[in-house]
Amino acid sequence: MRPKALAIGCAALATAVVLSGCGSDTASGGKTKLTIGLFGNFGYAELLKEYASTHPDVEITDRTASYSDHHKNLAAHLATNNGAADIEAVDTGYVNQFKATPDKFVDLNTKGGDQLKDRWLPWKWEGSLSKDGKQIGYGTDIGGLAICYRRDLLQNAGLPADRDQVAALWPTWQDFMAAGKRFQEKAPDGVKWFDGGPTVLNAIVGQAPVGYYDKSDKIVVGENKDVKAGWDLVVGGVQSGLSAKLLYSTPVWNTGFKQGQFATVTCPAWQMAKIKDQAGPDAAGKWDVTSVPGGGGNWGGSYLTVPKQGKNVDKAVELAAWLTAPEQQAKVFKSSGLLPSIPKLYDDPSIVDYKNPYFNDAPIGKLFTDAAKKLNPQYQGPKAGDIQTAIGNAMQRVEQGKQNGEDSWRQFVGDVQK
Amino acid sequence: MALIDKAARRHRWDTKFAPYGYVTPYFLIFGVFGLFPLLYTIWVSLQHRNLLDEGGAYVVWFANYAKLLADPYFWNAMGNTLSLWLLTTVPQILFALGIAALLNRKVRTRTLFRMGVILPNITSVAAVTIIFAQLFGRDFGLVNWVLDLFGAGQIDWQAGTATSHIAIAVMVVWRWTGYHALIFLASMQAISPSLYEAATLDGASGWQQFWRITVPLLRPQIIFTTIIATTGNMRLLAEPLLFNPGAAAATGGSDRQFQTAALYLYEQGFTNYDFGYSSAIAVVLAIATIIVAGLGYLVTKRIQTE
Repeated sequence: MRPKALAIGCAALATAVVLSGCGSDTASGGKTKLTIGLFGNFGYAELLKEYASTHPDVEITDRTASYSDHHKNLAAHLATNNGAADIEAVDTGYVNQFKATPDKFVDLNTKGGDQLKDRWLPWKWEGSLSKDGKQIGYGTDIGGLAICYRRDLLQNAGLPADRDQVAALWPTWQDFMAAGKRFQEKAPDGVKWFDGGPTVLNAIVGQAPVGYYDKSDKIVVGENKDVKAGWDLVVGGVQSGLSAKLLYSTPVWNTGFKQGQFATVTCPAWQMAKIKDQAGPDAAGKWDVTSVPGGGGNWGGSYLTVPKQGKNVDKAVELAAWLTAPEQQAKVFKSSGLLPSIPKLYDDPSIVDYKNPYFNDAPIGKLFTDAAKKLNPQYQGPKAGDIQTAIGNAMQRVEQGKQNGEDSWRQFVGDVQK
Repeated sequence: MALIDKAARRHRWDTKFAPYGYVTPYFLIFGVFGLFPLLYTIWVSLQHRNLLDEGGAYVVWFANYAKLLADPYFWNAMGNTLSLWLLTTVPQILFALGIAALLNRKVRTRTLFRMGVILPNITSVAAVTIIFAQLFGRDFGLVNWVLDLFGAGQIDWQAGTATSHIAIAVMVVWRWTGYHALIFLASMQAISPSLYEAATLDGASGWQQFWRITVPLLRPQIIFTTIIATTGNMRLLAEPLLFNPGAAAATGGSDRQFQTAALYLYEQGFTNYDFGYSSAIAVVLAIATIIVAGLGYLVTKRIQTE
């Protein structure tokens, strides 16, 4: 009997080990383990070390995935009530979908969030507020717009490289395309004016007073003259051969930075961290930043949420509040260029006077705080992120020569209104 | 007396019920990981249900299926699925037969070769897809570079329907051919050499021997691999998903030119959060897989000696 009992015991143990192997995040050595799920580059590496050194009882693990993987995994983890990190970042394009089910998240207003409310831009605070007044996330950054450009490529094509003169080239997006045609005449083979149509179009859409939705959550992009005018303009640019035809945030786009396949890229503040990561140290000083054509606009920006399924929600809320506090947002701006969502910082001299050495000492402090002050927030509807993907696909169809501008636009409008 | 009786009864109990005990773990595991998800998927497919909001779900019976049958993007995805099934399954089995025939000869270091053909199969599908996506890159891909040497133009592999299907099929075939080749090889070695000796005496060439002796005798294995390959290739997800990374990955190309049914399921479930609709796609895809596997069985069953 003994060996048999032993075997059964072992089998039971093995099963128990397998079953408990997933999702256990209890304390080890008396420390509370916190995980934080991010995408792209939030510039948190140093901050997390700092927090751990002042909070010896907390051990933080961060996991970073790509933009779409991160949000799809989060949806799956919320659906199964298992597997989400203690803190999960959510982008503007997805926050509306998540705040439609606020019960999956800790209502930060019940954890002292209502006291902190005045830290943030009012529209940033409202962006993650559910219809019934629950706050699901603390705002991190906003996506004020600029243009990043390659000084050397512009200079070689006989255009000015100085950032004020460059800005003078393009007060409007029409001027931006006209400058592109001048550039393209003298550009070397394989170098284009902008990275891809969808990137430019997102900036133009972000500047319009109304985007994909009206305030009653009705999809109005089909009748939106601003968006259609932007679409036609970008299609014209693509047809003039100004586009490198690379979709943003893909591996080929990353390669495009390394290979210098394009001279300009639309630069929401968070884009600077991506450029620095992708173009690498060799390109230091080649990139510069200047103001964007058109008016102020927003593209992206994120929130830190605390899913309710976490085992240490109080400690997680504390960390999320700390990471999004003014002091930390200021640090992230200087290390990674993410534009704070804290209006008080826009007049803080240490921010306003900040110059970024990687971008040829561009005065990004001045540039982006100006952009933030001018910024007219646009209402984002429930599926803004998906519509942005769909319009990107539509522009790609034109770039790939699969459809003309009109057919592709019609298919896009039909798709999003389904 | 009573004691013996008790022991005998226990013995009888043992022989009668113990076998059920031995097979229980399989059925328990099958029930938990096989049957339950299957039935649950069918149940969800009858509901209108948001992925994140199960409290708000309600039963709509066959409304999801009605919508599905009228959905052009679903039929587009099914078309892509069948095209990829054909482009992967047929070359896979033909190449596997050829490789197995080569490995069946007396060549030096043949163990090394036999080990070698299985190597692609034990690699990570994600890593392989990412590397193949680079090989098939438009501007700096190795495939285009080689084509360029021969004067062929730059191909935007992801843009076209045919080109994207070929690229994805290459990944799948590369990964699975070796696995099938080993199954064929094992059976080839069981074929009696006397058959080949007799055929040689009768003047049959190597080619004739292969098609008239080897292939017909491998019929059970060909049926098996066809069904295994079909069930795998009808639900391709990782390859088309990672072939086009980025925010638009789930749509399988700018015009859904390589969106498979499994990828459409993923898009509906995890981008649109339409859990009910997504489950309906899963059920229809499962039925389609059974039908296609059945067709494959009927075709391969016809292989016979003349």
